[in-house]
Amino acid sequence: MFLRPNLYTSYEQEIQILPTYTKKVLAAIAIIVLLLIPFDVPLLTAATDLPVLRNIPIISNGIPPLRFLGDNNWLRVLDQALIFGIAALGLNILTGVAGQVSLGHAFFMGVGAYTGAVLGGVASSSVWGWNLPIWIWLPGAGVGAALVGIIVSPVAVRLRGLYLAIVTLGLVFVGIHMSNTTWGKHIAGDPGLGRDFPTYDIQIWKEQPPLISIDEDGKWFGFLDVTDNQKKYLFLAVLFLFFILLAKNVARTRTGRALQAIRDRDIAAEVMGVPEFKYKLIAFATSSFFAGVAGALFASFAGKLPASQFSLALSVEFIAILLIGGVGTVSGTVMGTFFVVLIPKFVESFTDWLADKTEGTGVGAKLAEVVISTGPGNQGPVSSATQTPGYPLNVFDWNLVLYGVLIIVFLIFEPLGLYGIWIKIRNYWKRWPFSY
Amino acid sequence: MAKLKLNFSEPSHVIGVSLLIGGVIFSVYELVHDPDIFVTTLLKSLALGSVYAILALGFVLIFKATEVVNFSQGSIAMIGALFISFMVADENLPIVGFFWEIKNPIYSLGGPEWLMWTLSVLVALCFAAMLGLVIERLAIRPMIGEPLFSVAVITLGLEIVLRGFANDTVKIQYRNINAPWGTGGFKIGSGFVNWSYFAAMIVAAIAFVAVFFFYRSRMGIAMRAVAHDQEAAMAQGINIGKVFAIAWGAGAVLAALGGLFATQPPVRQTGAVDPEVSLVAFRALPAVILGGLDSVQGALIGGLIVGTAEIYAGQYLSGQTAWLGSGYPLIVPYFVMIIGLLVRPYGLFGTPEIRRV
Repeated sequence: MFLRPNLYTSYEQEIQILPTYTKKVLAAIAIIVLLLIPFDVPLLTAATDLPVLRNIPIISNGIPPLRFLGDNNWLRVLDQALIFGIAALGLNILTGVAGQVSLGHAFFMGVGAYTGAVLGGVASSSVWGWNLPIWIWLPGAGVGAALVGIIVSPVAVRLRGLYLAIVTLGLVFVGIHMSNTTWGKHIAGDPGLGRDFPTYDIQIWKEQPPLISIDEDGKWFGFLDVTDNQKKYLFLAVLFLFFILLAKNVARTRTGRALQAIRDRDIAAEVMGVPEFKYKLIAFATSSFFAGVAGALFASFAGKLPASQFSLALSVEFIAILLIGGVGTVSGTVMGTFFVVLIPKFVESFTDWLADKTEGTGVGAKLAEVVISTGPGNQGPVSSATQTPGYPLNVFDWNLVLYGVLIIVFLIFEPLGLYGIWIKIRNYWKRWPFSY
Repeated sequence: MAKLKLNFSEPSHVIGVSLLIGGVIFSVYELVHDPDIFVTTLLKSLALGSVYAILALGFVLIFKATEVVNFSQGSIAMIGALFISFMVADENLPIVGFFWEIKNPIYSLGGPEWLMWTLSVLVALCFAAMLGLVIERLAIRPMIGEPLFSVAVITLGLEIVLRGFANDTVKIQYRNINAPWGTGGFKIGSGFVNWSYFAAMIVAAIAFVAVFFFYRSRMGIAMRAVAHDQEAAMAQGINIGKVFAIAWGAGAVLAALGGLFATQPPVRQTGAVDPEVSLVAFRALPAVILGGLDSVQGALIGGLIVGTAEIYAGQYLSGQTAWLGSGYPLIVPYFVMIIGLLVRPYGLFGTPEIRRV
């Protein structure tokens, strides 16, 4: 089968998680890289210390080109990508596999975050919290969100297409409002500041010292010397891999096939004996479970978060992840997550770089000066301040605008997403050296 | 318009009818009990309903012609309101004002204040229409034939971009609209009525009458044909690109009008463009959905229902604010939408999708 990757001789072969050798190799490399990212590899570190590379501004800004990240501020961005990846995999089950477009994913993330906070958080005079260990609050957050998903689904099952999208959009606004009520404030804390969330520390029970400490520097299992950032990253990476496996398996089972049948033509699926209501409910529950877990992880990662963070913009981000990655595929979703989460950071460092550039001389400095205005009287469409009255766009909004433009441009020029690009590359090499 | 058949074995219909009867009984009781408050609340709710109806009409025009739900309507409303605020202010116009001192020439003509204001607003609406055309040409036209959902996400991306620009202008300095009717009003007993209520109602009436007549013109018939079946319309020689452009232009004008009234009472009390303006269009979405995505009369009736529900809930449930949370009227539209959709999944006047195996 080595040279005939599309020739399947048995059903087991066809439903393998990684059906071809290329995929097996790529997946293995991806997993190794994912797990090695937070460490310094000595040889590569030496290579990047070469003066040629060190003088490139974007590298001195913190992106090491050749070596792994070590304990770097980019690790926090990757942490966020891993968390968002879990949520995006959940949305992929609902939107990609079952075809139900939802703009309410942020709402389910919020439900999960606050379920986790009530279960695992510390109680105070104004907020509730039961201080339970992570092995209760993390799955509990997922289950709580899934229950809310089940409550919502009887309405959602009746609706189709854009009607469903707008109703789920309504959920986001309702959810943010609920945190504003007297009983909501006991759960979500102060509307402006938010509440404290539980930490990742793995404990057996409430007051005991952590079994595996994640929030402090120190040695793991007596020999692995890692900082708290690296610990968080590794913890999230392992969870991320677990959820990838889960998402892959959902699509391969009877449930997954039923969901795909509903996506392709719901009424035909029903004629063939797929109970539409039951499977749409399962899709909502599963997707909300993923969202809930991711929401709890996200809240805990942020430490303190107002409920207004679980906003429409967050939902849009997940939809953008799906469409940019490639709807309906796990690998596309993963690629899309890293693309969408990392892009704002790249845009940010690009702006920083431009602002730095204006102080230099030469053509680059002249060009940068046209774009960036660094002070009053210095004209340019973008101001390097974070808040400016009037026309020069401040850096924060400029990042937002570039991010939106990237989404639009990407969708116009590559409607199938990153997965589509991968298909093109694969097909090119499959028939190489012939053009067709 | 689809016929509304009542079926009392269906629980959702029973809920709908009992809500209607309850509403009538409540209205009669309140009218007798405290007529001043009831009448002012009614005027306020009609005004809010008109604002929602204007925004909803923009959604519906664009959806009917291009099958795109324009999630960027809120940002276009905000930018439109910004255009208006630039035109009516006594200061240099943006962008060109950097290089030359150019003020709005209309104000140097002289004449009654309200006339110059109206003319300036009309010019600003032309700019809004141009914005709509540019958006359609750059972002929507290349997506013809792509899945509906991709186009919807493009409009969400547009929302981010436009809001980035708009927020930047108004985040620190709110921009005044200088409406000629001012912030004043008159009293009916203990209730207060703003002049802007009537302005909103009149503009909504003009907009709906204009659309009614437009749909009977040659271009309007072409637009309805496109809404009915794009390919068949193309085969009849209808220029679909023109139809799309007009729909987006008109949608942007309606959005800008919505944005103008979103700065006025009863929506917001400030009378100035601030970052909250773009959120008003998201509250108009329930009106669209309740009326049916592809129905003009649905936009009007949906807008009025949603506006009425919001204002009446705000007026008569204010004793429960602690439990409901401050600002609870703002989410009433979503609950109304969900109840409405339980009764009719395609809205009150929407065309049900025909499903084939």
